[in-house]
Amino acid sequence: MNNVLGTFEGIPYTSGEAILELSYLIAALFFVYGLKLLSHPETARRGNFFAAGGMILGMTTTLLLHQNAEGQGIALTNVWIILTAIATGSVIGWVLARKIKMTAMPQLVSFFNATGGAASMLVALLEFPNADMDNPASVLVTLLGLVIGAIAFSGSLIAYGKLDGKIGDIRAPFLKYVNLLLLFLTVGLMAYLLVPGGTPETSAWIIYLLLALALLYGVLFVMPIGGADMPVVISLLNSLTGIAAAMAGFIYDNQAMVLGGILVGAAGTILTVLMCKAMNRSLLNVIVGAFGGGGAAASGGEGAEPKEATLSDAAILLSYSRNVVIVPGYGLAVAQAQHACHELDALLAAKGVNVRYAIHPVAGRMPGHMNVLLAEADVPYSQLVEMDTINPDMPNTDVVVIIGANDVVNPAAITDPGSPIAGMPIIRAFEAKNILVMKRGRGKGYAGIENELFTNDKTRMLYGNAKETLQKLIGEVKSL
Amino acid sequence: MEQLLQYFFLYKEEIFIIALSVFLGIEVIAHVPSVLHTPLMSGANAISGVIIIGGIILTGHADTTRISMELILGILAVIFGTLNVAGGFVVTDRMLEMFKKKKQGGHHE
Repeated sequence: MNNVLGTFEGIPYTSGEAILELSYLIAALFFVYGLKLLSHPETARRGNFFAAGGMILGMTTTLLLHQNAEGQGIALTNVWIILTAIATGSVIGWVLARKIKMTAMPQLVSFFNATGGAASMLVALLEFPNADMDNPASVLVTLLGLVIGAIAFSGSLIAYGKLDGKIGDIRAPFLKYVNLLLLFLTVGLMAYLLVPGGTPETSAWIIYLLLALALLYGVLFVMPIGGADMPVVISLLNSLTGIAAAMAGFIYDNQAMVLGGILVGAAGTILTVLMCKAMNRSLLNVIVGAFGGGGAAASGGEGAEPKEATLSDAAILLSYSRNVVIVPGYGLAVAQAQHACHELDALLAAKGVNVRYAIHPVAGRMPGHMNVLLAEADVPYSQLVEMDTINPDMPNTDVVVIIGANDVVNPAAITDPGSPIAGMPIIRAFEAKNILVMKRGRGKGYAGIENELFTNDKTRMLYGNAKETLQKLIGEVKSL
Repeated sequence: MEQLLQYFFLYKEEIFIIALSVFLGIEVIAHVPSVLHTPLMSGANAISGVIIIGGIILTGHADTTRISMELILGILAVIFGTLNVAGGFVVTDRMLEMFKKKKQGGHHE
């Protein structure tokens, strides 16, 4: 492995180095192919294996064949240290991934994203002393790896805390300006470091200041973002981690890292754009956080009270319907009512009712949240229908059952141009013949937007915890 | 302008890789159905754990005769990177397993 094959730009290289580069090429191809397979339902699981295989290949060959500038490989002591670290990370990761409840999935994805950002941040921080200060490109990739990694790390941790209910939203108008200032300072410091002339020693304090600013920015930028905007933020943070890894890839001139990182960055960006589209909002609007204001004045007025239904009325209504559509929202996840929900749909199906689920792209707290949740309860894939497919069927639907969803069925998105959610594509529940709403309390939805669907003449409310309500409803349906 | 052209020329390979990877990333997942949004995101998340290679290189060439900040942070980077990789791929597989299970079953009791 150590025989010199030839020289490249005056530097001799060995067959080991050539094999290492070849393995990176194969790993990169595995990433691309894996991602490709991951985007089709039949091949997704195989795609995940391919991507994982690429990763294991890259890790193994690096450990065995990597040489530093002096041509030394990784010493045995270091190999053992690294293997121990890998074993530790794998065991913790495996246990978390296997044992955590499916309903905690958004938190878990955020947590893993935070660890990726932290790794990029640490690698860039440690590599800064080796950067060529007179080469702005070399400094730039190191700084970007550090700053983006740090933002992804602290931002994802806050997202984790919020999704887990440990951290509440903090909304203050001045936060917008604080964030802008932090961003300016960060960019300014980076520009300052890019000017040739400094040394890594004299710039050390600036690097730590930069790290602190980036970490703080990550915290403050996710802090004010409300629950309904979480899918956008999670995909954005995911994309940032990819970009940070790609930047670190440039430090090592490692194409597998660059390609893998950029792929994730691009994929995350697409998801972010999709989520923004599903809410008819711009990314800037989500980050700056315009929700909560404006709409308050537009609604109000009518003051009609929502009408309640009894459980037996609801049971009779559902049992004697032909077409029922269930609209799940975050409330279903919070109440962990997915199994009860499936029990109800199976019970109704046995009575000859055609039951389907209408899935809004931003229902829940992460992209695809409702699909994962209902899949856990064994709801067949064919019963989950996307918004655009189910909307034309709404006028022929006898009962639409809304479980813990609010904004995604709010007709104000269509009828009220002054509403904060104006223009957002919604599930047209108001067109159904009857509307049943399961809601935890009598309060308004996210950011206090009035929902006139609840006061619609066709609507009946079932207040209470979704799981308990569903269980009682199942009892009523059975006793009919 | 001249300086920009100079940079482009010096880093043309890197710029080519970025441009083509972005295009590839968009093409590969452009038409992903919403059922797969979560698994795709978490699978991509695991791929971003490729930073682990940087951690291995760092720790691999760190001085182990004494305990230095470089060594400690390097080890931390490897642990964090592996958490991201292992956790990400395992959790993605767990989700996809659920999707699969139903596909074969088709009907329910």
